[in-house]
Amino acid sequence: MSVLVGKNTRLVVQGFTGKEGTFHAEQMIAYGTNVIGGVTPGKGGDKHLDRPVFNTVADSVANEGANTSVIFVPPAFAGDAIIESALAGIDVIICITEGIPVKDMIAAKAVVDRCGARLIGPNCPGVITPGEAKIGIMPGMIFSPGSIGVISRSGTLTYEAVDQLTKVGLGQSTAIGIGGDPVIGTKHKDAVKLFNEDPDTEAIILIGEIGGTDEEDAAAYIKEHVKKPVVAFIAGRTAPPGRRMGHAGAIVSGGKGTAQEKMAALTAAGITVCESPAVIGETMKALLG
Amino acid sequence: MNIHEYQAKEILTQYGVAVPAGIPAFSVEEAVSAAEELKAKGATLFVLKAQIHAGGRGKGRTVKSGVRGVMLCKTVEEVKKGAEDLLGDTLVTIQTGDAGKQVQRLYVTDGVDIAHEFYLGITLDRAKGQNVIMVSTEGGVEIEKVAEETPELIVKEWVEPGHTLYPNQARRLAFALGLEGDAFKKGVKFIMSLYQAFEATDASIFEINPLVLTPDNDVIALDAKINFDSNALFRHKELLELRDLSEEDASEVEAGKFNLNYIKLDGNVGCMVNGAGLAMATMDIIKLAGGDPANFLDVGGTANVETVKNGFKIILEDPNVKVILINIFGGIVRCDRVANGVLEAVKDPEIAAKVANVPIIVRLQGTNAEEAKEIIDNSDLNVVSAVLLKEAAAEVTKALA
Repeated sequence: MSVLVGKNTRLVVQGFTGKEGTFHAEQMIAYGTNVIGGVTPGKGGDKHLDRPVFNTVADSVANEGANTSVIFVPPAFAGDAIIESALAGIDVIICITEGIPVKDMIAAKAVVDRCGARLIGPNCPGVITPGEAKIGIMPGMIFSPGSIGVISRSGTLTYEAVDQLTKVGLGQSTAIGIGGDPVIGTKHKDAVKLFNEDPDTEAIILIGEIGGTDEEDAAAYIKEHVKKPVVAFIAGRTAPPGRRMGHAGAIVSGGKGTAQEKMAALTAAGITVCESPAVIGETMKALLG
Repeated sequence: MNIHEYQAKEILTQYGVAVPAGIPAFSVEEAVSAAEELKAKGATLFVLKAQIHAGGRGKGRTVKSGVRGVMLCKTVEEVKKGAEDLLGDTLVTIQTGDAGKQVQRLYVTDGVDIAHEFYLGITLDRAKGQNVIMVSTEGGVEIEKVAEETPELIVKEWVEPGHTLYPNQARRLAFALGLEGDAFKKGVKFIMSLYQAFEATDASIFEINPLVLTPDNDVIALDAKINFDSNALFRHKELLELRDLSEEDASEVEAGKFNLNYIKLDGNVGCMVNGAGLAMATMDIIKLAGGDPANFLDVGGTANVETVKNGFKIILEDPNVKVILINIFGGIVRCDRVANGVLEAVKDPEIAAKVANVPIIVRLQGTNAEEAKEIIDNSDLNVVSAVLLKEAAAEVTKALA
């Protein structure tokens, strides 16, 4: 068992025939993900990577029963692509694209919510249920099947944590890269809720960073509802205020969103907070005994 | 992206938002003729404002002449004197840090009479995923302080996603400011126009502090701070022209040309990382290892020879750098290729000359990490390899000892 993606995933790739879309679709197929086809407007009827190309997401739903989409279209068109998926009735929309304007995301998120879809990202590495489905751009070989749920705002830092887990013998139920933008579809708290309700997730790794109050919200939720062990790390303790650290969402402004505040909130909620990003795996191992 | 106050006010004017009459000036002569022009239009009092990308100008002082960054001038002669003092001098404010910023541009405005000062801000409320408009009767002061001590004095309206601001919302805000009669009507128009400008320019911050009510019941933006969403600049070519590169760190501008995300810091350990989250985590580990990060540098998802070379050049421009830590989580990128790229970059004559006394620690993880380690270990260069993040941290401590 797992959350969001797995054996029942029927994936449609938006931006299928582009360079990024093609490369990562190949990787996802090689991993064993059930990629039913893709969408490139104007190329409907073609075949790409031995799979059908559709003009619209709605066509992929009608013809192949797509229930999940992954988005590789450029930032100027990505908000529209998210809305297309939501309106077509896709259940889980995973947007990899980095650099989408905030205005477009505010509108897209509202449509996603109204349609009852689940959006992951944007500006994220994707979601993987090891051994079942890899949706996104993460390197599949560092993951192993197991019972740790992983939640993270960033890409390579997720790989770092997962690699450490795998090396100490702890596999992952699902790893969710929620994205580094100020407006994202699924926040830490939402992802924690999914893992808390998943019977096959035994413990949770939560990786946050400076900016916003999402980690604090997750801490409050965990304190109230979660009995499973949680290990956390917050990146950006050395980041100066007022400077955006790469991710559009990673900025300490008006004295809010510091790593210290977040670590204090997590600790107060009974969560084991790692001081160093080098000990995430062993901390979880020790906690599980 | 940040812009100057005078540029912000030009944008606001285009959207029908009331601002005091004002003219930018790049020299003392221009400041004088600006003041004369304003005087001819009826101005009896002038405000001379230093244009730098930082707040707190009114309370800040210049290094040489010791004058304030914002001055009230009664005569054209006073404007001239003020301009002479400000131009070329360095202004230090609470937001510039001790280094301050050189004043290269001025803004001469009509000194309007003030009956009351308010605060108005528009930004994204991340928790709600909606834009929020905030007003307060406590204008002209630090709004963070008001938010902390007396949050009830800040009234907010959230804009429905995919919609614009509705008049009822602007009315509620204008009532909250205690505006009445003619001033109320002008206040509503001000707020509606301001939100329209925010929306149309893909702004990320609008801050009008203070927003003033004049004795004639006019509602005017006395100051204006605007930031734009850098992800949306592709559809606002006209705004890109407002960028003032002299206000930005030179090495950061240089890094931007190579598509590297670089931020200069004060420490002694330079770092080069792929991915923003891992870059921040690497800075944290440098601190834990007893060093201080000299920079934030995200080379992006795909690290190749060129990005590594450019990264080295930018890091090495900083004389404080004593050690360099490269942390690449390969993923789909093969580590042995990155290792060869690092070695090739270190052999580049321009880089080689500078790294002779700077130990380089390379931590590569992911596909072919072991092969990559061998490649590094077998080279005769001043480069140390590590596979685990822990090992990299230990090497940093060792190199600094």
